[in-house]
Amino acid sequence: MYGGGYIFEDPKNTESATEDSVKLRNFEERIAAGEKIEPSDWMPAEYRKQLIRMIEQHAHSEIIGALPEGTWITRAPGFRRKLALMAKVQDEVGHAQLLYSAAETLGKPRENMINDLITGKSKYSNVFNYPAVTWADTAVIAWLIDAGAIINQVANSKGSYGPYCRALERICVEESFHLKYGHDNVVFLATGTPKQRQMVQEALNRWWPPIMHFFGPSDRISVHTETLMRWKVKMASNDDMRQKFLDMYVPKIWELKLTIPDPKLSKNKETGLWDYTEPDWDEFKRVINGDGPCNKERLAVRRRAEEKGEWVRKALMKPDERYTVPLS
Amino acid sequence: MKHNTEQITAIKDLIFRMADDQLILGHRNSEWTGLGPILEEDIAFSSMAQDKLGHSQALFQILSRMGETDPDSLAFGRKENKMKCCHLVEYPIGEYDFSLMRHFLFDESEALRFDMLRNSSFEDLSHIAWKFRGELKYHTMHAEVWIKQLSNGNDESRVRMQNALNECYPLALGLFEPSDFEDILIESDVFPGEKVLQEKWYERVSMILSKTDLIIPEVTDPAIAYGGRRGIHTEYLKPLLDEMTEVYNIDPSAEW
Amino acid sequence: MSIKSIDPRITREKLPEENDITPLKEIHHWQTYEVFHQAKTGDHHIHVGSLHAPNSEMALILAKEQYARRYSCINLWVVKTSDICRTTNDEEEIFGTTPDKIYREAGGYKVMDRINKFKQK
Repeated sequence: MYGGGYIFEDPKNTESATEDSVKLRNFEERIAAGEKIEPSDWMPAEYRKQLIRMIEQHAHSEIIGALPEGTWITRAPGFRRKLALMAKVQDEVGHAQLLYSAAETLGKPRENMINDLITGKSKYSNVFNYPAVTWADTAVIAWLIDAGAIINQVANSKGSYGPYCRALERICVEESFHLKYGHDNVVFLATGTPKQRQMVQEALNRWWPPIMHFFGPSDRISVHTETLMRWKVKMASNDDMRQKFLDMYVPKIWELKLTIPDPKLSKNKETGLWDYTEPDWDEFKRVINGDGPCNKERLAVRRRAEEKGEWVRKALMKPDERYTVPLS
Repeated sequence: MKHNTEQITAIKDLIFRMADDQLILGHRNSEWTGLGPILEEDIAFSSMAQDKLGHSQALFQILSRMGETDPDSLAFGRKENKMKCCHLVEYPIGEYDFSLMRHFLFDESEALRFDMLRNSSFEDLSHIAWKFRGELKYHTMHAEVWIKQLSNGNDESRVRMQNALNECYPLALGLFEPSDFEDILIESDVFPGEKVLQEKWYERVSMILSKTDLIIPEVTDPAIAYGGRRGIHTEYLKPLLDEMTEVYNIDPSAEW
Repeated sequence: MSIKSIDPRITREKLPEENDITPLKEIHHWQTYEVFHQAKTGDHHIHVGSLHAPNSEMALILAKEQYARRYSCINLWVVKTSDICRTTNDEEEIFGTTPDKIYREAGGYKVMDRINKFKQK
């Protein structure tokens, strides 16, 4: 699950004079015509770089995203929830596997990406730096974070890079189970005992600000992304996705008589868009740069998982085998 | 076949043992989900933990049909001294060597147990024994490949796997702790008994381990890990149950 | 001191509180394998993705759960990526005129016009 708010590098060199202009024109024409770019095709260095960065962030978000919900994996109440939560967290790991593979086709091996993750060099979705304080948090995450992720991923699955689109197609199918599971979970809490209702309302209060952060800063203040949109790397504007999310899910939250902790939130009849309190983007930046409630823990856990698995990977290495970049 | 009251008591005891083993080991193994040694194996190990919980749920459903309460209350509502799992499944996950070795020793026995139950005179048991055979087949394939490869890997992995075997093997004998109902189960063709199962298991496990340099440790007292089937458990079970039921116990009567 | 997490699994790991950002000591890359699945009898095997594994026996075991846990599958192939031969991009031209060869298409043979003309004679 991933929502956007990608940290693209400022693409100032995109139209670098060093690129072959004929190849570049041909490349852009193909994308404009809706063709997919495959790993062995010619592509501008900047396209490769930004794609690796984006898919890698997405993959990291999946593997780190397994942690907040995994928090409750040993405490899920009853067989139905226990099994479903295990399957959901497992899917997130599976998504990471698929996405790392897609990024690998661009030439960066998985273990190098993981190394960049745990040394803090590459980023992942900011929401996962917040804790799942109670069981109800996992319900809210599974419903609303995954809902946001689907909006982003459906858009991205129409992007230009073949392997990423193929991975996303499968991921979207699985996310729709997550969304249903999350909704079911929230509905049971919201229609349950007063204690359960209180749990889910408190979880919603905690998660609403990160959810509003989820799609990234308003495009008005984010880096110039015109080229990335032309290359179909970035497929939708952060604001458009946020509006779409609010359109689809605010009514569903209100229907359960839950309160969204933003008094300004309402649909503007004139613009047809949602008005909301501007999320605290300074906090967003602070958290993404390492100073959130769980950043340290998330990275320490991933590091430990890598360290604990090292002897397993090492024991089965054959000295004469060479790593090969996967084909597609 | 219709079973009498005495036989029903014996059958329930057998099912409780199996269901509790699968519940506790499924729970333990789920602790690896998201933290496994490599992504692909993380996924595989999680699937098998889910399967174990699924088997446990199916077994509790049989008990419910036999007059016991619902599966969730059976799994989440019993105190430690009512649990009939063996000690092997209660231990913390440890390092991956321990978890894999336990998975191998346990699933070999589970697969053989279900094999034997396919011919059970108790139809509900023979039915699920057929139903889950594919899942168990994968579990043993997975376990055998990993055990063989790591035991034949490098020096470190060989030592680790031998240590894990030394630790798990005596505990695994607790799987076969005989009950008071062995004769009844055997005579009524419900289950051929723990002793027969243990012999088959030993044969299978030795055969797989003979493809490695691992040595099965000598166990002087085969009853060293007995007690679980009678509600006497290791220090690890109670904290596990407390953790597992934390949310459920906020309000056991609520629908979660 | 170690990290006290809301996740009891993590608390048990006794993770250090200070932030370690040193790179991994050693990086081990297993081989990549390409995975093909057959959804049902009569179907071709289709490429569904890739994975990391130390050898083909392990690749099959791991492919089963990553690529066949959710979707119908009756058979799996795994092939070491480095064993796959493929045409290069430079060679793509060789496929260029393939769709033009109408003489081997059914649609290339339209005789009704000629028959109708013949009948009208």
